[in-house]
Amino acid sequence: MKKSTLMRVAKVLGRSRALLACSMILAASSVLLSLYVPILFGDAIDRITEEGIDFGIIFGFLLRAGVIAAITALLQWAMGIINNRITFETVRTVRKQAFDNIERLPLKYIDRHAHGDLLSRVISDADQFADGLLMGFSQFFTGVMTIFTTLGFMLWINPKVAAVAALLTPLSIFVARFVAKNTHSLFKTQSEIRGSQTALIDETVGGAKVVAAYGYRERSRERFRKINRELEITTRKAIFISSLVNPTTRFVNALVYAAVCLVGAMTVISGGMTVGMLSAILSYATQYAKPFNEISGVIAELQNALVCAKRLFELIDEPAEPSDENLPELSGISGNVEAENVRFSYTEDKPLIRNFNLKVSPGQRVAIVGPTGCGKTTLINLLMRFYDVDSGRISVEGENIAEIKRSSLRRGYGMVLQDTWLRTGTVRDNITFGKPDATDDEVLAAAKATHAHSFIKRLPNGYDTVIGEDGGNLSAGQKQLLCITRVMLSAPPMLILDEATSSIDTKTELRVQRAFEKLMKGKTSFIVAHRLSTIMTADVILVMRDGNIIEQGTHDELMSKNGFYAELYNSQFAH
Amino acid sequence: MKNLLKYFRGYGAVSFCAPFFKILEAVFELLVPFVVAAIIDNGIPSGDRPYIMKMCGLLVLLGVLGLSMTLAAQYFAAKGAVGFCTNLRQALYDRIQSLSFTEYDRLGTSALITRLTSDVNTVQSGLNMMLRLMMRSPIIVFGAMIMAFTIDFKSALIFAATIPVLTVVVMGITIRCIPLYSEVQRKLEKVLLATKENLSGVRVIRAFCKEDEEMAAFAEKNNQLCREQKRVGRISAAMNPLTFVLINLAIILLIWQGALSVEGGALKQGMVVALYNLMSQILVELIKLANLIISIPKSVACAKRISDVLNVNSSMTNGTDTECNINSEYAVEYNDCSLRYSGAGADSLENISFRLRKGETLGIIGPTGSGKSSLVGLLPRFYDCTSGEVKLFGKNVRDYDAEALRGSVGFVFQKNRLFSGTVRENMRLGAENASDEDIVEALKTAQAWDFVSEKEGGLDYVIEQGAANLSGGQAQRLCIARALVRKPKVLILDDSSSALDYATDSKLRLAISSLEYSPTVMIVSQRVSTVMHCDRIIVLEDGRCAGLGTHAELLQTCDEYREIYESQIKASEGGASA
Repeated sequence: MKKSTLMRVAKVLGRSRALLACSMILAASSVLLSLYVPILFGDAIDRITEEGIDFGIIFGFLLRAGVIAAITALLQWAMGIINNRITFETVRTVRKQAFDNIERLPLKYIDRHAHGDLLSRVISDADQFADGLLMGFSQFFTGVMTIFTTLGFMLWINPKVAAVAALLTPLSIFVARFVAKNTHSLFKTQSEIRGSQTALIDETVGGAKVVAAYGYRERSRERFRKINRELEITTRKAIFISSLVNPTTRFVNALVYAAVCLVGAMTVISGGMTVGMLSAILSYATQYAKPFNEISGVIAELQNALVCAKRLFELIDEPAEPSDENLPELSGISGNVEAENVRFSYTEDKPLIRNFNLKVSPGQRVAIVGPTGCGKTTLINLLMRFYDVDSGRISVEGENIAEIKRSSLRRGYGMVLQDTWLRTGTVRDNITFGKPDATDDEVLAAAKATHAHSFIKRLPNGYDTVIGEDGGNLSAGQKQLLCITRVMLSAPPMLILDEATSSIDTKTELRVQRAFEKLMKGKTSFIVAHRLSTIMTADVILVMRDGNIIEQGTHDELMSKNGFYAELYNSQFAH
Repeated sequence: MKNLLKYFRGYGAVSFCAPFFKILEAVFELLVPFVVAAIIDNGIPSGDRPYIMKMCGLLVLLGVLGLSMTLAAQYFAAKGAVGFCTNLRQALYDRIQSLSFTEYDRLGTSALITRLTSDVNTVQSGLNMMLRLMMRSPIIVFGAMIMAFTIDFKSALIFAATIPVLTVVVMGITIRCIPLYSEVQRKLEKVLLATKENLSGVRVIRAFCKEDEEMAAFAEKNNQLCREQKRVGRISAAMNPLTFVLINLAIILLIWQGALSVEGGALKQGMVVALYNLMSQILVELIKLANLIISIPKSVACAKRISDVLNVNSSMTNGTDTECNINSEYAVEYNDCSLRYSGAGADSLENISFRLRKGETLGIIGPTGSGKSSLVGLLPRFYDCTSGEVKLFGKNVRDYDAEALRGSVGFVFQKNRLFSGTVRENMRLGAENASDEDIVEALKTAQAWDFVSEKEGGLDYVIEQGAANLSGGQAQRLCIARALVRKPKVLILDDSSSALDYATDSKLRLAISSLEYSPTVMIVSQRVSTVMHCDRIIVLEDGRCAGLGTHAELLQTCDEYREIYESQIKASEGGASA
């Protein structure tokens, strides 16, 4: 599993092969050069003796050191920029792939997954992946390079002293791992407690009004206090113990330093090397230890990045809806819709719609009624082909909708859903959503027809007023009017209205209904509604209950049948 | 921001100890180059092996001392930072739970949640880091300089010159990057918003066949984000190379100056090595500091936002009365009430007056935004009227203790909200000691017992967060039951049966009207059928009372009411009365 993710990451990175090679070469050369500088300094220091100093030679060493340091810095900077580019462009690609797949996924997948989860894959997982990659390039790479180069230099200066440093330093990894092992469970407990605290905050602050209205404030404070204390204790422990990694590895390094110093000084006395060499080797020993200190952090970060990458790739690899590229377009829709023996269920063990038959001629109005949760929206899902039927067929103009291009079917419908969706953008953007090339006159005409114009013109910037996230500060009724206007403008041959008028105030609603009458004239329409008065005039009423269509007919037919519909209808006036 | 200092209460000493021990650790670390210098200058030339061994032992001792100082510092830092934030979080939570609805509206509950969660956490990690590490870097840097002065004055001047230059570079790049980082953040938010919208609007987008356009729009936002990231990356990537060059330049000068001093006999070779090592330590510290410094402005910004919330006071003062006068003639009286929300340009309610006797029902109907919810919100003092007065059982609502007032009013919100936990726990939200019998009775009245009893565990059925495992209608019925468990003297239903079908809605009204304790009821609705059987109906239009009376009276006298009635009911009346 992990391996395959790694392969995927490698494949994605493969696209920036040239840059990657550059980055590696730059890393290797900058590390090499930066480590060469202390040698030159060591040489210079060796020339500083009390027996007379050759300033010319020292100047030569220092000049070389200066030039090399400058070149190193340039190489480092170039490497930094290249690493940034690889990372951010890779993440951009992956993020784009994930988003594009969201646009192509079957609704079944999107409905079943929490949007927050999908969102965090595209946003925070991608970010973590980027952080991991960047850290991997900038630290892992140079770290490994540093280890080998310093080791090489130390061996070159004096193998015996080098051996002391090389063999003792990795001890710090074991120390770090030992500490990390113990923190893991603490962090787990911490995140659990934090999770339950966040849930409490979410509910009692998000629902602060309910808490106030029900006299729950004092009790909620008590609950919060308890959980807050618990959190304090675990967090303190977790933070303290995890912060031990750094000092303990530093301590190991200090011991190594002392050992190198001892062995080194003894070697100098016995004439094995110079003081300058000792100073250089001490500096190398410090640099050699650095990647070992960082390695546990880097590995944790990389592991986290891999987990995030896996979640991203899962989303990218999720099979999209089968392509309909080669299917024919549906054209000349006049509004013949037919359902034959349709069977459908969201989950296999719970059959929902069974043996559903319906024949609608152009211009007919179909009303779908029933108690809440009876599956009215399921019919919309099937008509729009958001979901596919399990068996049977739904056809438009005699064509099975499973065998035509989805887009040509969906363009045939105008849809107004119960939960209004508007996008961040101007009022005009929203109205022209389905017809971007509409002229201002067309927009105005549509808005006037739905009586949205009267409130739009009173907005601060009229049609150019920017609507915030989720419809921003528009009222529910205003949002719905905009959604209706959006459909009005694109003027499709068939309509699907899902309780479209339920939250508009009565006065506006009257006008909108009249506008809808105009819109629906000659068009096949499917209306989901609670409001019986709005469906009285329907040509066919489908009465649904528990996912089944239990009655079907006109108002009069159903009333005389005295079944479920009649019961629903009469209850409107019962007290 | 200063007002936050008091949350160090109980943790002042430990918070002071953390940097103190850190300083000691830094001192021990700075002594290392001197020991090495002593080895080079004293031990090596004389070949004094025992002396060298002793000095290396001293290095080990310094390591041990350093370690113990750090451990102490880390412990105190963790204790101080976590303790401070625990106090802060509690204070913030308590403050939030004491605010009135006006403040909730102004501040926004989702912002308050962010203050309590991620903002406090950011402050915590920032503070911990500051107590632990931020102290260390300046101490090492300036300590190294001071040490240099003890070795050689002229060489130390190089330190004194290098440090300001380095500070300018590190700070300069950081300050330059901060606005760029927030630009990256803004671009990221746009990408986030686009993704969010495409998930929530997936049906509409597919219905309009806009997938390709959406992908193109996303690609554009994604590219902008990438561009910004690369821009800030280019600048921040310059930090390490620049410090590297500067430090090496300083070392070159140092060695040159050292050579001159040694020739003049003022300095020994080992001392030059010591100066060189001190300068190297500065480099290491600065690189660490640069990586940390970026998170400081973020923590400060979070602390500032928390402090702002802590400075908010409830705009409502609490009364003292805890008892209602049950014998009062009227249960509810509104006398010439007007309400203007804080910051609003116009009144939301204007001169509303009505009275209700005990057990009477009032229907409230009108278009969206006409002030229906505002009207009923005055009784439990969610908001105070700007003029006029509201009385409950003969006493002004302002004279009541808020808990007691709300204890006698059962309010069911339009936007209902259940808490995660069992059905029983939810039912006990407002009535801590309610028995199972009380709860079942309330559930039955709210038409909820049928489905609750069918759920696994019945009253022990666990409701998920956001009531995700209930349908909208089921959640609404549970919210109504939750209000009924308290056996309120006044029951207010704020458009809270909108997700119920007509049959259930009418059964619910029937059950409420036959309750033994006969509460006074106020029902807000858009549906005529819900209010038409009330003893009195008030018709609101733009915050004004357009009509008050019975169904029959209003049909005669109130145009607005008749219009609503006709749109909803008249069309089907023939069939019903037949």
